[in-house]
Amino acid sequence: MNSNILEVNKLKTTFFSRKTPFNAVDEISFHVAKGETLGIVGESGCGKSVTSLSIMGLVKPPGKVSGDEIKYNGINLLELSKREMRKLRGNEISMIFQEPMTSLNPVYNVGDQIGESLKVHKNLKGKERKEKVVDLLKQVGIPRAEEIYYNYPHQLSGGMRQRIMIAIAMACDPKLIIADEPTTALDVTIQAQILELMKELQAKKGMSMILITHDLGVVSEVCDRLVVMYAGKIVETGAVKDVLSSPSHPYTKGLLASLPKKGHKEKRLNYIPGQVPAPINWGKGCRFSDRCPYVMSKCHTDIPLLTKVKDGQESACWLTVEEGRRAPNDTIEATS
Amino acid sequence: MTQLKQQVNQNEYILEVENVKKYFPIKKGVFSKQVRAVKAVDDVSFQMRKGETLGIVGESGCGKSTMARLIIRLLEATDGVIKLEGKDLTTLSKEEMRSTRRDIQMVFQDPYASLNPRWTVERTLLEPMRVYNIGTRSERKERVIDLLNKVGLDSSYAKRHPHEFSGGQRQRIGIARALVLNPKLIIADEPVSALDISVQAQVINLMQDLQEQYNLTYMFITHDLSVCEHISDRVAVMYLGKIVELAKKDQLFSNPLHPYTLALISAAPEVNSPVKKERIVLKGDVPSPAKPPKGCAFHTRCPSCMDICKVEAPTLNEKEPGQFVACHLYQ
Repeated sequence: MNSNILEVNKLKTTFFSRKTPFNAVDEISFHVAKGETLGIVGESGCGKSVTSLSIMGLVKPPGKVSGDEIKYNGINLLELSKREMRKLRGNEISMIFQEPMTSLNPVYNVGDQIGESLKVHKNLKGKERKEKVVDLLKQVGIPRAEEIYYNYPHQLSGGMRQRIMIAIAMACDPKLIIADEPTTALDVTIQAQILELMKELQAKKGMSMILITHDLGVVSEVCDRLVVMYAGKIVETGAVKDVLSSPSHPYTKGLLASLPKKGHKEKRLNYIPGQVPAPINWGKGCRFSDRCPYVMSKCHTDIPLLTKVKDGQESACWLTVEEGRRAPNDTIEATS
Repeated sequence: MTQLKQQVNQNEYILEVENVKKYFPIKKGVFSKQVRAVKAVDDVSFQMRKGETLGIVGESGCGKSTMARLIIRLLEATDGVIKLEGKDLTTLSKEEMRSTRRDIQMVFQDPYASLNPRWTVERTLLEPMRVYNIGTRSERKERVIDLLNKVGLDSSYAKRHPHEFSGGQRQRIGIARALVLNPKLIIADEPVSALDISVQAQVINLMQDLQEQYNLTYMFITHDLSVCEHISDRVAVMYLGKIVELAKKDQLFSNPLHPYTLALISAAPEVNSPVKKERIVLKGDVPSPAKPPKGCAFHTRCPSCMDICKVEAPTLNEKEPGQFVACHLYQ
């Protein structure tokens, strides 16, 4: 019996919008086990959102998903017809988006929007549907659920709207939820509420979750495992506590070192020099090579593959591949 | 740096804000009768010394950006006094304000929206000097090159347009623009919120270097507590238009007094926190500033709310030396 609900093998998403097509996501492989929360982190443009859209089958032309397979419960999603995919989407796999104001429909009341997927997938009607929706609203912690049912998105606060989004995603009891930056637009105290709610619901229903974020703090609090992406590639993966406490890839190290730390007195922050390269400048070698302090000649010519560092933790760096070691422990020096 | 600060007379404030209020009227009906007011900033007072960084934190809608706009007088205060080096800004005429505004400059959040897309970097940086008639043409051009180097950009970038730069580089241009006129006070409104972590660290370092070099005074508005803790000397926490706590950074983060500050600090997710902390999750949302609750504005969400909180608003009092808090627990 396979314990993974989702297995992604060599997923590649190409956009043909420029003269030279580029791969926003370039042959990445990962899996999500049943009941676990996988965090995907990375900076803007690293391909984390494209990954989630590819799984959902929502990449629009000029984008095109290729790759070996995206296996959900043994079914290869890449081979499904549009119709079959529609049956899964919102029913078995659902998504929570970042900006609840733009992803909710302003001209329907929230009750109808939550009920829509119940209508489509579960064929619930009338009173029965309304009862289920009110019940969902209560589950996501919305007070006066019967009243809020008839409210429109603009009448609700950001936190409430995100709760509605969660209710929509939860409506059909999906087995996998993909949350794309679900708390980025929210204030810290509201973010704490929403994360708490998501953890609670996940534990209660035994769902699996993919949480996409740029906030390592959120990952550290919510996720079990973690995938770090850089320029369309996975550079490191492993259990959250392993990766965050002893990162192996120089990029993960640099990212962690750049965070301002509580109670630290240092005047200067560490940082990674330079910036994320544009897809046209990705070159042949390791895409982090021009910002990496441990760069070797091999890094410019060949791409390193994910290699085991310890049980469950893998890193795509020539230091690991060739010499079986992590990047040295002195964090990236602050240079000006 | 610290030595420099001590040399400055302790009583000499560069900015004094006294009982400043900003009410936005809500009008209704045929005759636009004012029915209520949004109290965006409600009776706020604080001072800033030369060379210090005052961090202002708070959630959206707490009035932190309005405060910035009042100081630079992009908005007119409803009531109160704002003094820059002893001179009251609120009573200046538009003309006088325009010449004073060169002493206060602003760095905005979104470097994509705050630069003119049709202007080259050079033109953007020349404009303030042209407006204030500073230097000759060649002197101005020299200053542009000099500034670009100061903020870590190549001088050849002067002829480029904003779209050719990344977010971090654009924010560097925004900072250079704020520096052009040698201002006395720089107000930075969420300057790093739109940037990725690795770039954010670069920009924060740059701002600190420049502060050291020119003895700049920063008012640093942010919602990110860890950034605030890193860069600030003192921190003001705002909630619904009021300052609820104002203290030195170390005091505020090691011994927060106000229940809201406590909740805010505990709510911020942390990487590898050594102790699994007891999180205070506040119930409910921030109330609308158009209908703030009676008494203490925080009482609807406060875990240690007492009877008096529902009736009477607390005032900002000095609890520890240098640590001010507005809460009935400490009155």
